[in-house]
Amino acid sequence: MAATLPAPRGRIDFVGIGFAIALSVAIIFPLIVVGTWAFTEVWRYPNIVPQQFGLRFWNQTLSRADVWSALTLSLQLSTVVTLLSAAICLPAAYAFARMTFPGRNVLFFSFLAGHAFPKFGLLVAIAAIFLQLNLIGTFWGVVLIQLVGTLLFMIWIPVAAFQSVDRRMEEAARDVGASPLRVFWSITLPQAGPTIAAAVLLSFVGTFYETEGAWLIGAPGIRTMPVLMITFINNQMVIQYGAVLSVLLWVPSFIALMFARRVIGGGAFARGFGG
Amino acid sequence: MARLDIANVSKLFGSTKAVDDFSITVEDGELVCLLGPSGSGKSTLLRMIGGFEKPTYGSMTIDGEEVIHLPPEKRPTGMVFQSHALWSHMNVFKNIAFGLKLRRLPKAEIERRVEAVLELVGLSGYGQRLTHQLSGGQQQRVALARSLVLEPKILLLDEPFASLDQHLRERLREEVRDIQQRLKITTLFVTHAQDEALSVADRIVVLRDGRTEQIARPAEVYREPATPFVAGFIGQMNLVSGVVADGRFGHSAFNVPAAVADGPATLAVRPEALAIAPASGAGMAHVHRVTDYGTHAMIDVELPDGERLKSMMPTADQWTPMQKVDLVPGAFALYRDNGVIYRADAALALAKPARKTRSTVHA
Repeated sequence: MAATLPAPRGRIDFVGIGFAIALSVAIIFPLIVVGTWAFTEVWRYPNIVPQQFGLRFWNQTLSRADVWSALTLSLQLSTVVTLLSAAICLPAAYAFARMTFPGRNVLFFSFLAGHAFPKFGLLVAIAAIFLQLNLIGTFWGVVLIQLVGTLLFMIWIPVAAFQSVDRRMEEAARDVGASPLRVFWSITLPQAGPTIAAAVLLSFVGTFYETEGAWLIGAPGIRTMPVLMITFINNQMVIQYGAVLSVLLWVPSFIALMFARRVIGGGAFARGFGG
Repeated sequence: MARLDIANVSKLFGSTKAVDDFSITVEDGELVCLLGPSGSGKSTLLRMIGGFEKPTYGSMTIDGEEVIHLPPEKRPTGMVFQSHALWSHMNVFKNIAFGLKLRRLPKAEIERRVEAVLELVGLSGYGQRLTHQLSGGQQQRVALARSLVLEPKILLLDEPFASLDQHLRERLREEVRDIQQRLKITTLFVTHAQDEALSVADRIVVLRDGRTEQIARPAEVYREPATPFVAGFIGQMNLVSGVVADGRFGHSAFNVPAAVADGPATLAVRPEALAIAPASGAGMAHVHRVTDYGTHAMIDVELPDGERLKSMMPTADQWTPMQKVDLVPGAFALYRDNGVIYRADAALALAKPARKTRSTVHA
């Protein structure tokens, strides 16, 4: 009888709890430590809690001109890279999803190449080429290198999104008088919209936090937020500068997450990956 | 108000002929059904008229103007898809208004026309609904309204009711016929359901493997099917293979006069034209099953060679399984080489009853 069976929820899921604890320790604990450091003025060994909290280092960090210029630069870079990437990749993704042309599959998988090999080697090789082209240390040099990093997301996810749009909907739009371009703009794009928004968001946030390319190609003229943070951490003995910057860096991803939850809803990311 | 001329149109996909040398003239305001089993080329034909497929050969003109090179958006046709294909990111109003906006009509005019067409399809006040808030039948009405609002010269319906339940399908097809007749809009209607074709069409085109089997009015397609395929596809039909010799079609259970040349032939007789009578002699056939439908009874009769035929009788009362019976064919037709060679109407057949039924002619 059902009544004699042990109720499943009565059992304690030790494995699940174990995973939860491990994840909390690995992710949340460092975040708490960094967050605490950002609001600490004095914290000496062997104390477990800081001796003195305060906003002194926030004042000091935020009054630095290089922090503000790095933040502005990072936002500009992420915006430009994401827009360019969308302009290039979305039509390409549509072509991959809806058309057959010679070399289609090879080209499609070639976008994996940038992620299939150790990235640093690739970046060094590109840096050598950029040096010849006088792109090292320029805004557009960094835009180009970061653009490469977004290609995979911005092609693969939209391809899945476009493929899942009902072709009859597109035909119905042609039937009432819409040109192919108008069909793409008014029917296909809105239908694939939530999933594409997910790709754009990933692209923006990924670019914002991108460090290797920005550092290798951008140095010394271009300093983005993450690059600045690394410089702070490497060169300054004051831990709080780095901590304040990393708390500042949480802001865009937090906003992005909130936006994603509101606009995209569940399932869109999964659908984007062909789920 | 338009006339559609299709001349010698063929469509090849690779080496397979989806449509083979098709021709028809659809008159102004006429409703023509393209009827056939799946794979008969009826949807391909409709998609070619709509501009979604390009014919390999042939020509298509609407009011005398060649349309074959026009893309769908330039054709004066309106298509309603089986899957209704409503745009789920727009509400009902925007779905219908989309085509009008593309034509840059003033806002007030768009609103007036959308309201009018919503009323026409019986969905007044549904403009602000989202498409997923509608039932299947309502969605299909919106799809119909979306096409009608643009006043196309030719309306194309691609199995529009196939995904709906039987009751709704019957109601909607009557409504569509009413609207079509009120607007006098030239219409092509693709279906695989013969009852749908028989009930709404002015003419029916029966297609098989991309070829035309028959083009005729519904009554004619039913009463005088041109080929054995049409005979078997439309309604119920008993088909019996036999041989004509000395002016009579002969089979173990049939022997009927047929003034045609000797040779093999297929006899086709509808259940309602095949009466049975209690066997006068030994009786060559027996009752296999009796099904009482209330309005009539269907008697399955088994012939000596194991073949089964259906006979429709007014009542089930006097028939029991294994009972020996004689067959009394009324109207029948004989087919040879995919064509009709002989047709006997009921009166003639009854006047000269089959050999086994000398004394049991039904009044």
